Amino acid sequence: MNVVNELNFSFLSKSTNESFARATVSAFILCLDPTISELSDIKTAVSEAVTNCIVHGYPDYLGIIYINVKITDTNKIIIKIRDKGIGIPDVKQALEPLFTTSNDERAGLGFAVMQSFMDNVKVRSKEGVGTSVTMEKTLYRTSYDKR
Amino acid sequence: MVVETDFTDNILTAKLYGEIDHHKASSIRNKIDSQTESLRPKELHLDFTGVSFMDSSGIGLIMGRYRQVSLIGGTLKVVNVPKSLQKIMSLSGIDSLGVLK
Repeated sequence: MNVVNELNFSFLSKSTNESFARATVSAFILCLDPTISELSDIKTAVSEAVTNCIVHGYPDYLGIIYINVKITDTNKIIIKIRDKGIGIPDVKQALEPLFTTSNDERAGLGFAVMQSFMDNVKVRSKEGVGTSVTMEKTLYRTSYDKR
Repeated sequence: MVVETDFTDNILTAKLYGEIDHHKASSIRNKIDSQTESLRPKELHLDFTGVSFMDSSGIGLIMGRYRQVSLIGGTLKVVNVPKSLQKIMSLSGIDSLGVLK
């Protein structure tokens, strides 16, 4: 499995950037000719992860959110979304559906959505250092080297 | 404009447009809640016809309005959900509230 294309971008943790982030990732992977539903799954997962950085990673201040997207020659998309925020004390608990520490009407479904819309989700976090979420999804319809 | 409201026959209809995410949800919520409080409708309809994208913030929005309208003795209906949003709706288990029409 080789990486055939890669995107790196970073931006301030303002909620207006949620749509920017998912639109940018979506534009980058369009070359793979994803189905509408694959594209929608990926946009939704990115939106959840970026919202987590904004709401939980940097709760009372603005910080930088880093996104790295890799496309492999096996049509796999690997998306890493990272913050240098406060971190998650208990990742296992955070991954439970409906668990939320926020009182701002969050459904507590962020990780559940990422896990069900992507093939694989990995969360690494350290208190005071930050959190990174790595998500993978393989597209089935086309092959990168065809285009 | 992300939400347009109409009040007819004691039914408050909120038509939602565009993309619903964490950023957009708060202004939608404020507009619907202020109308719900002043009009005290028997039914609140959230119309998703014009929604092109939604993440779990949309689920939070529905659950919050469900609570809000229940407090004043009204009921919530979620109508015209596009096919593209059905996956996240069913994942959320929101059907169990009996609000999806």
